[in-house]
Amino acid sequence: MKTDDIKFTRLLIFVNSVVPLALLAWDGYFHHLGANPIEFATRTTGVLTLIFIFVSLAVTPLRQLSGANWLIKFRRMVGLFAFFYGCLHLLTYVWFDKFFNVREIAHDTWQRPFIFVGMASWLLLVPLAVTSTNAMIKRLGGRRWQRLHRLIYLIAIGGVIHYWLLVKADARLPYTFAAVLALLLGYRIFKAYVKTAPKKLAGAAGR
Amino acid sequence: MLIKPPDDIKSSEITPEETYWNRRNFMRVAALAASAYATGKLYRELAVPAAPPAQAGAKLANVQSAAADTGPQLNEQPTSFEDITHYNNFYEFSTDKASVARRAQGFVTRPWTVQVDGLVQRARTFDIDDLLKLAPIEERVYRHRCVEGWSMVIPWVGFPLGKLLKEVEPLGQAKYVAFQTLFDPKRLPNQDTSVLDWPYIEGLRLDEAQHPLTILATGLYGQTLLPQNGAPLRLVVPWKYGFKGIKSIVRIKLVAELPQTTWNLAAPDEYGFYSNVNPQVDHPRWSQKRERRIGEFGLRDTLMFNGYGAQVAQLYSGMDLRANF
Repeated sequence: MKTDDIKFTRLLIFVNSVVPLALLAWDGYFHHLGANPIEFATRTTGVLTLIFIFVSLAVTPLRQLSGANWLIKFRRMVGLFAFFYGCLHLLTYVWFDKFFNVREIAHDTWQRPFIFVGMASWLLLVPLAVTSTNAMIKRLGGRRWQRLHRLIYLIAIGGVIHYWLLVKADARLPYTFAAVLALLLGYRIFKAYVKTAPKKLAGAAGR
Repeated sequence: MLIKPPDDIKSSEITPEETYWNRRNFMRVAALAASAYATGKLYRELAVPAAPPAQAGAKLANVQSAAADTGPQLNEQPTSFEDITHYNNFYEFSTDKASVARRAQGFVTRPWTVQVDGLVQRARTFDIDDLLKLAPIEERVYRHRCVEGWSMVIPWVGFPLGKLLKEVEPLGQAKYVAFQTLFDPKRLPNQDTSVLDWPYIEGLRLDEAQHPLTILATGLYGQTLLPQNGAPLRLVVPWKYGFKGIKSIVRIKLVAELPQTTWNLAAPDEYGFYSNVNPQVDHPRWSQKRERRIGEFGLRDTLMFNGYGAQVAQLYSGMDLRANF
């Protein structure tokens, strides 16, 4: 890909990633978010966070299956958008549900498993966002950086559990997210197995 | 890995014509606009349900003011008709509160009968239009507190359930009242799913059912009920969480044993039989101390028995409300 094309594709992804936020703000301004706009904003930013995490997790399988290696150039931006929407999601809770009452937030986090899991997942996203720059990759070294960024698997699982735990009865959407996540992680487990299996077989044969 | 390849020769330098740039830029702008439009469209499709058209029920005649035995008139701003009719938990239509109004449109409520039987002297199946004439209808402006943590103020129209019970004369053994919603997956499409056990069932203790605050609502804001609010007839028990207010009732049965209730069957540790509004007893997954009044920005403190303690607390004297949640 030419640098110019890369720049343009980045712009394309950026614009499309901002569209949901722009529409959310627009609808909010014109009172089109329904009877409970705050609940709507919380739910929407939460789902968007999960979607962006999933898109970033889809890059590696897509790259390996299609050979489109240039996809990797856009993963960082998608991941940062996941963090961005995650921050907005957290903000709606901290602001509109708790009005920045730190004691109540702490109590809630400790008492309610779904808040605890959500909070923990967001906290784990922070080091990934902080170490997303080229300089940080260099400082950490590729290997260590990669190991750190495998936290995203845990975060994605946490995010889906967080969603699952808060649903009252109809868990079809959380199930769907869980199924997609199972595919994304299952692919990696399968790859790792295929990579190590021949060695094991060879070892067994040598005995 | 981070070594940058030398910059490509700019295409524009090879092709001097402006046409090239124009076409290229045009394509890029078009790609940006088209993809942003598609993303926006997808977002709208998934996130925001299309707003259903404004609806209204039929005007109700001869609505009287609340009976004297119901305590002082509630002095709080009623929630808008728009919000009351477009933010509904009615899982038989949809589990998405904003989608219920749209999916409930065209729900047919005539003919409709309500069977009242069980441990009564005079079991009877009422035609809905006869039932609506059973007693004078009153306006009852009640707080409505959902177990999910939001609330409204709703100007219901209806009559005390006690008047219907008097009509059928409960026997001495009758201790509870069991209610049942219509079961008809053709008309209540979500009954095809296993989100809850259908039909929806609810129950009250007989003294709760006979309490003057407990009504069968037939309308709100002076109009007949819209389907999303439980047409043609629903229960309203203002000191209990909203899900106790069973909608579109077809059967009322007086029984001796504690009746089963839908949400209690679905999650026994989360939804008890009584389900009185109680800020001291949290839902296992969230706090019940405060509530978001629809239409307001901040949060309100949730009141014991939803603010109806003076009228109903004596029903539960001596009971452990934490155990009997």
